[in-house]
Amino acid sequence: MLTILFDGVAYGMLLFILAVGLAVTMGLMNFINLAHGAFAMAGGYITVLLMQRLDVPFLVCLPLAFVGTAVLGGVLERTLYRPLYHKAHLDQVLFSIGLVFMAVASVDYFVGSTQQIMQLPEWLKGRTEVGSGALMLGMGHYRLFIIAVCAALTVGLQYVLTKTRFGSRLRASVDDQRVAAGMGINVNIVFLSTFAFGSGLAGLGGALGAEVLGLDPSFPLKFMIYFLIVVAVGGTSSITGPLLAALLLGIADVAGKYYIPKLGAFIVYSLMILILIWRPQGLFVRKGGK
Amino acid sequence: MVNPHNPLLQARRFRWWEPVLWLLAFAAPLALPSHALIINEIAIVALFALSLDLILGYTGIVSLGHAAFFGLGGYAAALFAKHVMPDPLVGLAVGIAAATVLGAVASLTIMRGTDLTRLMVTLGVGLVMLELANKLDWLTGGADGLQGVMMGPVLGKFEFDLYGRTAAWYSLTVLLVFFLIARRIVQSPFGATLKAIRDNRLRAMAIGIPVTAKLAQVYTLAAALAGAAGALLTQTTGFASLDLFEFHRSADVMLILVIGGVGWLYGGILGAIGFKLLQDVISSITPQYWTFWVGLFLVVLVLVGRDRLFRPWTWFGTGRKAGAAPKAGGH
Repeated sequence: MLTILFDGVAYGMLLFILAVGLAVTMGLMNFINLAHGAFAMAGGYITVLLMQRLDVPFLVCLPLAFVGTAVLGGVLERTLYRPLYHKAHLDQVLFSIGLVFMAVASVDYFVGSTQQIMQLPEWLKGRTEVGSGALMLGMGHYRLFIIAVCAALTVGLQYVLTKTRFGSRLRASVDDQRVAAGMGINVNIVFLSTFAFGSGLAGLGGALGAEVLGLDPSFPLKFMIYFLIVVAVGGTSSITGPLLAALLLGIADVAGKYYIPKLGAFIVYSLMILILIWRPQGLFVRKGGK
Repeated sequence: MVNPHNPLLQARRFRWWEPVLWLLAFAAPLALPSHALIINEIAIVALFALSLDLILGYTGIVSLGHAAFFGLGGYAAALFAKHVMPDPLVGLAVGIAAATVLGAVASLTIMRGTDLTRLMVTLGVGLVMLELANKLDWLTGGADGLQGVMMGPVLGKFEFDLYGRTAAWYSLTVLLVFFLIARRIVQSPFGATLKAIRDNRLRAMAIGIPVTAKLAQVYTLAAALAGAAGALLTQTTGFASLDLFEFHRSADVMLILVIGGVGWLYGGILGAIGFKLLQDVISSITPQYWTFWVGLFLVVLVLVGRDRLFRPWTWFGTGRKAGAAPKAGGH
């Protein structure tokens, strides 16, 4: 049982890293971006291809996946996303679905539609078991690694958001774009860097998650709903909301699939609908924000 | 003194080209007998797009899970034909009834929250239906689909033939009936209140429109129409599969509507024709990667703007005029 909890936490942390960029960009720009999963997929493919074709070590691939997708995100933000910030939500939805379709078909074309297999380094394979009986806790080393990386990132993000100058600019822009611009904050730069950073995090999450979530061209469509659940349930005004939502989702999903495999993802979707009927703005909303 | 009913009455009048269009549509299976199957598909997709238009174009609800009703209607009709009786019209009514019930229940989920919340719950309802159809394999056949659906003749007279001519006329007739109903509805005072809700919900509430009730009504109505489209599809193909609930179906129908024009009933029909022909052409060139071109088309469509993309003469006009093309806001 503890093992399931542990796996759920690892899964939830991963989802958080994947979705936190989406939460910030949605809160910041009020932009419904369904193509976030495409960035995660890009990160995953960068890692897998570098490792398979060029034998780059796993730990070097992770930063590369981050930088690669961050650059990709930055370029797309500047060229394609920016004109759409003030358009209707329907346009944004159509646009990002279009991007997803293009990403899926291009990866299919260039890499092939088979599931990619990730060769983990030796020190990340294996598993440690603690305790016995019902309280036995089996920890896969790779999952432990995921939790450690994601926890470090979370703490770092929280620090940047609350303590640094950039963080306060970002929060000011989220709360009220016009006033922030009036106070001399260059909102465009804040948008650009946040979008790029969020995409980079998604890429990193995709790289980390390639082994756990599976990586094939339909990745953005398969996990789109999960990212959106994290954002919609967690709310977009802080990062603790999405973190808790991601952990909840991860644990519910792993436990649901383990205990009631017949129902599958049914539980997660129904739970999401119920939560959103109950609290349409998300579970963890801060008062006073926009 | 201007009678306030006049604009509504004027919009209700038929244009000269409307009967012509329908006559052409009904003549098409005769004129192009080898294309009757695709005409049937176009009619079904047009009906589906019409139902989405009621909630998206006229009421401003962005839904990503409209396939839930389409699929439920389809499965209900197929199961009814297989286990109870093969009469198509009764099956159609059963499909519509099932989708209506689901629509009435699901309408509770779209009342509150932002566009994002609505997007999520509609998507969620679609996925829940997909999971249900997948897991209840003793009833639906699961991933293998529901096979062996035999349909009786329409009205006891017209057998479904192999070339799909009966199917095409059957679907076209149903489409026409529902089109006329939808046309009557959107041009009634009820339709006007929907547009008021779309344009400004708060003001609509302030002038005394019961927004929640109207939303529930139109959502249920749209679900019924989508169920009819799904029922037509399974009846004319004799097969129901999980594909009915898939996400790409909801996305495609949105694309169709946007190609044809949102908030205009013929938009769904023209969009369906355009989309199916486009799909036919592209998938004959690259059968595997045609989604790429659909995606590219969507991106270009949004970036350039629908108004400009379909009016090539504005491309080289005075920059000011083309740039100031009116942009329909969704909220």
